[in-house]
Amino acid sequence: MKKALLTGAAVVASVFGSQAHAERDYISIVGSSTVYPFSIVVAERFGKSTSFPTPKVESTGSGGGLKLFCSGVGGSTPDITNASRAIKQSEIELCAKNGVDDIIEVKAGYDGIVLANAAEAERVELTTKDIFLALAKNIPNPDGSDTLVENPYKTWKDVNPALPAREIEVLGPPPTSGTRDAFVELAMEGGCKQFPFIKAMKKADKNKYKAVCHGMREDGAYIEAGENDNLIVQKLVTNPAALGIFGFSFLEQNADKVQGSLINGKEPTFENISSGEYPVSRSLYFYVKKAHIDVIPGIEEYLAEFMSERAMGEYGYLAEKGMIPMKPAEMATVRANVKALKTLAAN
Amino acid sequence: MTNLTTREKVERSMKRRRASESRFRAYGVASVVFGLLCLVILFTDILRNGVSAFEQTVMDVSIELDGDYLGIDSQADDSAIKLANFDGLVKRHFDREVQPERRDRRQLFSLISAGASWQLQKMVLEDPSLVGQTVNVALLMDDDVDQWFKHYRGHSAHPVLNETQLGWLNQWADEGRLHTNFNTLFFTNGDSSEPELAGIRGAITGTFLTLMVTFLLSFPIGIAAAIYLEEFAPRNKITEFVEININNLAAVPSITFGLLGLAIFINLFGVARSTPLVGGLVLTLMTLPTIIISSRAAIKAVPPSIREAAYGLGASKMQVVFHHVLPLALPGMLTGTIIGMAQALGETAPLLMIGMIAFVVDVPGFITDPSTVLPVQIYLWSNGSEAAFTERTSGAIIVLLCFLITMNAAAVWLRRKLERRW
Repeated sequence: MKKALLTGAAVVASVFGSQAHAERDYISIVGSSTVYPFSIVVAERFGKSTSFPTPKVESTGSGGGLKLFCSGVGGSTPDITNASRAIKQSEIELCAKNGVDDIIEVKAGYDGIVLANAAEAERVELTTKDIFLALAKNIPNPDGSDTLVENPYKTWKDVNPALPAREIEVLGPPPTSGTRDAFVELAMEGGCKQFPFIKAMKKADKNKYKAVCHGMREDGAYIEAGENDNLIVQKLVTNPAALGIFGFSFLEQNADKVQGSLINGKEPTFENISSGEYPVSRSLYFYVKKAHIDVIPGIEEYLAEFMSERAMGEYGYLAEKGMIPMKPAEMATVRANVKALKTLAAN
Repeated sequence: MTNLTTREKVERSMKRRRASESRFRAYGVASVVFGLLCLVILFTDILRNGVSAFEQTVMDVSIELDGDYLGIDSQADDSAIKLANFDGLVKRHFDREVQPERRDRRQLFSLISAGASWQLQKMVLEDPSLVGQTVNVALLMDDDVDQWFKHYRGHSAHPVLNETQLGWLNQWADEGRLHTNFNTLFFTNGDSSEPELAGIRGAITGTFLTLMVTFLLSFPIGIAAAIYLEEFAPRNKITEFVEININNLAAVPSITFGLLGLAIFINLFGVARSTPLVGGLVLTLMTLPTIIISSRAAIKAVPPSIREAAYGLGASKMQVVFHHVLPLALPGMLTGTIIGMAQALGETAPLLMIGMIAFVVDVPGFITDPSTVLPVQIYLWSNGSEAAFTERTSGAIIVLLCFLITMNAAAVWLRRKLERRW
């Protein structure tokens, strides 16, 4: 009995001991749930076509990923983090504070955010101004004066007489989501700054400007439906009056069930997003810790796989999964930067 | 009214009392029926969606393993075979067979799974003498084809496949070359970004390793704690305080244990994220209260007469506990442990914090390899955009339910088999 206990204790101790010191032999990737489906394809192909182990990819959200990424250097911290937005200055500072100085920023491609409704319902045509007026918490007074009032609109027709008299009901992701961040920044702010007095606010009081443009209404017209885009698609099918906000890849995969609304006259299509004409599209990034490149095996090879034509090229497998590739000229710059392992500070 | 006899009063109230009794019974039956109905709806929905995950569409092809094209011969070693372009061979085969127009070629190739070339590669790795021969294989098809064949066949339109593609598929299906096979890959593969290649073996192995760590830690610790508290500890304020807190711990939301695990095991002790080791440690924290509480109840249920008889024969306290009380209480303890483990099996929330919500392709071999567990795999697949992942989500739920039912049945069986009534 005693012997068994001692052996057990020894085993546990050795496992802990080896844990604390052993370096990882696989790449650890964290970050955005939007980039996750693209990241796992590259990771899998990389694992199958090389002798390196398949990287581990965690879906933690852009902010959560950068927080982990910036927590330090060493085997217990991730090597790469995916982000559906660019790194913030505050995050670069956090990284620097923890000794993560050399960060390589890689742009992976573009993603569109769509407003969609059930396929059997009538297709909606909106402008970013309509979106702002329908979904913001506070909007400019409808009488035309330069004051803000709580959003009084109940139906789309109230917002813009050209729109149907349907109740405003939009399902979308919660504030922790990168999709929500991008939607707010591109669609809401895009409509918001069309009002001159709000635009003037940006210079005078940036925080107030942000509060006005980024504040979503909380009276039930905007419904937070969780991070699961499948759920939003299902709800749209059962409720043809509602609109939903999600990524372009879900629209593509569920083209039989939902249709994307036109925004500023542009349909959310592969071509329109790639050319930048569709207003609600964003860049997807990932960040690499340069200090890990010589320590963890395979990082450079992983980068090479991601940068290859068969991955992020125009007809690559990432495009098949719904990522919108960059234009050739931009892609060439990104590739050159990655090849030279150019870090953020040097940019 | 006051001149009624007692008997008359009773008789008058009888009807009301009987009515209230039958009403209560009806409520009871209604609740049971409601519960059963929910269960039946849940099970039929999951089965309806999930059963098709156990089948996978394949296509019978006889393909020439052209040694010249592959650049290998029948004596080639493994590394040369791994470098050979099997992907190109599959594409060339279909290109020659179908002879599509140039602009349609990509659409033709997208019908075949990326796994098809790995299938051929595996065949040649196992038997290099096949090079140069023509082999008959059931090639794996893409998940869109799989979904079309299983659910949309006969419909004229499809959300993803276009008319040209449907034309080829209908032709192959009419020739009887497209058919479904039992989906072995679902049980032998780890996770994948391609639904047709995604399997639960990685998640099941991860679950097994995690539960093993949990069991090896929580069973001895839980039982030792229960025996000490019940048999040896003095009754005073301190033990009372400990007791209350164990009961409180059992009610703590499981995500809290995940945060605790993150702070202590990962940040303080430096255990690697996403491993069964750290997962098992966190789940140990979670299952300990359940095991301690049920073990104490089992010890309490051993009648004092047994202890007194043992003392009467001159046994020491240790001997009484380990020779008499523990064997009699063990069935109850085991039942509690199994129920605690079944809880741990279904848990995702605490694992969220310690990085087990991860894409892991390689099947873990040891408790320090990155891995995921079955409920997490279900969660990850439920977020996938392809329809085929929805099907696999339900498929994995069926497997998880089977495990849970087996574990609970084992607990019931053990109780029946070993329990002694006094």
